[in-house]
Amino acid sequence: MSALVKLNGVSKSFIRGKEELRVLTDIDLSIEEGDFFALMGPSGSGKTTLLNLIGGLDTTTAGYVQVGDTRLDELSSKALAKWRSEHVGFVFQFYNLLPVLTAQRNVELPLLLTKLSRSQRKSNAATALKVVGLEDRADHRPGELSGGQQQRVAIARAFVADPEILVCDEPTGDLDRDTADEILGLLELLNRDHGKTIIMVTHDPKAADHASHVLHLDKGRLVDQVSA
Amino acid sequence: MSRLGLMWSGLFRRRVRTCLTVFSIMIAFLLFGLLRSIADVFSVGVDIAGADRLMVAPKYSIIDPIPYRYISEIRAVDGVEAVTHANWFGGTYQDPRNFFPRYPVTPREYFDLYPELRMPAEQLDAFDNTRTGAVASVALAEKYGWAIGDKIPIEADIWPKKGGDRLWVFDLVGLYSVAGNASAQDVFLLNYAYFDEARQFGEGEVGNFIVRVTDPNLAAEVSRAIDALFENSMAPTRTATEAEMQREMFNQAGRIGLVMTAILGAVFFTIVLLTGNTIAQSLRERIPEFAVLKTLGFTNGGVASLVLGEAVLLCLVGGALGLGVAALLTPWVAGTVENILPGIELGWTIVATGLGVAMLLGLAIGVLPALSANRLQIVDALRARG
Repeated sequence: MSALVKLNGVSKSFIRGKEELRVLTDIDLSIEEGDFFALMGPSGSGKTTLLNLIGGLDTTTAGYVQVGDTRLDELSSKALAKWRSEHVGFVFQFYNLLPVLTAQRNVELPLLLTKLSRSQRKSNAATALKVVGLEDRADHRPGELSGGQQQRVAIARAFVADPEILVCDEPTGDLDRDTADEILGLLELLNRDHGKTIIMVTHDPKAADHASHVLHLDKGRLVDQVSA
Repeated sequence: MSRLGLMWSGLFRRRVRTCLTVFSIMIAFLLFGLLRSIADVFSVGVDIAGADRLMVAPKYSIIDPIPYRYISEIRAVDGVEAVTHANWFGGTYQDPRNFFPRYPVTPREYFDLYPELRMPAEQLDAFDNTRTGAVASVALAEKYGWAIGDKIPIEADIWPKKGGDRLWVFDLVGLYSVAGNASAQDVFLLNYAYFDEARQFGEGEVGNFIVRVTDPNLAAEVSRAIDALFENSMAPTRTATEAEMQREMFNQAGRIGLVMTAILGAVFFTIVLLTGNTIAQSLRERIPEFAVLKTLGFTNGGVASLVLGEAVLLCLVGGALGLGVAALLTPWVAGTVENILPGIELGWTIVATGLGVAMLLGLAIGVLPALSANRLQIVDALRARG
């Protein structure tokens, strides 16, 4: 297996007032294609920041992130946006669906950036909703869906454009145990049957059990790595 | 779904707020449509060619007099078939609210120039032969309950009689009807010969002349020839169609075009402030949504254009509705004031200008929120929600 994601000497600092706040320090990491990675650690350990760097939402202060052959620090803002649309799907703790759009239209959103025709977009979104078991809820708005259903729509939105990587930030953090297990099962399915590389931040050890690799972060440094 | 659909959906995040905003923009463009239609009447030049009746008025001000003796010189101009004259009498009938124009005229000449005014021959004879005689339109007589034989008292404000008496009493000797849609509908006509002899000052002067040309194609040429006759006199003239003269008279009463432009400016400035504030508020509420769009791969410019597009769409919808309502109301307004201000219409130029203004308004309103959306940092915006 080849490394799909490589982090080389990655550090990240934020400037807060006159102080420099170092969040990540000298991280080296390789994630292979098809891995299901769980990032764990206490609050403030830098998990979400690391996830944002891998997803191309933020830039490193030092070092670089490479995905495939692409070094993200070398991309312009516009090229980075295009790269995200083609290579990464995002799942958030609070779903982040657009409340005015139906489930179908929320899932269609990433496809607006492709060259697909209107009917193809509609068809692909319908297929994605079918995969997550929500084909009968296509015309419902987020406010009319349960938390678990909203997260399924968010997952459908994340993979509808067929990206290699799914970046999930506490995807079960707002759900009860049973619903969380359903969501994790869905992510496992996407990892196993559709070959998606999944990188998930979680506080929940049970959620981490679904991953093939678990990484621990503490105070911005990698502590250890466990393989399933 | 398309990007337009995405913008449209964004507009209806808060339905009531959006509807109220569209309503306010609609009212602004309703005013725009109606006021521009009226203002255009004053600004659009009227083609004199083709008019068979011209009005010769003082060149500089409607209150300047013109010597009556000009009439013979005008008659001698090639292409002039007939000439008559009129004055503005003013005055008050019982109450200042009882407004209707009163013109001292030479009866036969005047009725010859205005064949659309129909009156029995014996009544026209009576008008011609009675020094204190006056005639009114049937509609005017019905409005004030007049009948032939009545005495009509008019209190003068401009023209006292010799000796200072301000009360003029006229004998109503005829009632005329108006054929077609004439501009001289509800006018009270009195005998110029009596008026000229009895008035305290201004003897031998008239307010304007009305000229009928032999051939409408000669109207422009005749107009120039008449004005050339008096160009270097103490009372130079300006000859134009009656409709054009009416517009000029209104315009002199107060720079109407300028006033309307000022009103529209104030309306649109207010709309920019109110709608701009509404759009900015909507943007603040949707910062996390814009961050999500950027996360999915929408570029900074793409998100900014969505915000700008929403503002333009909002203004275009409001503008189109306002102009649509204006188009429905304009014929009614035009019909109501046709006698005093003919030619009001909502042309395509006004509609196109209105839609252009709506687009510019949307751009002006949307530019700052769009710049904010453009600068929005994904991580900061998502952290704010989390």
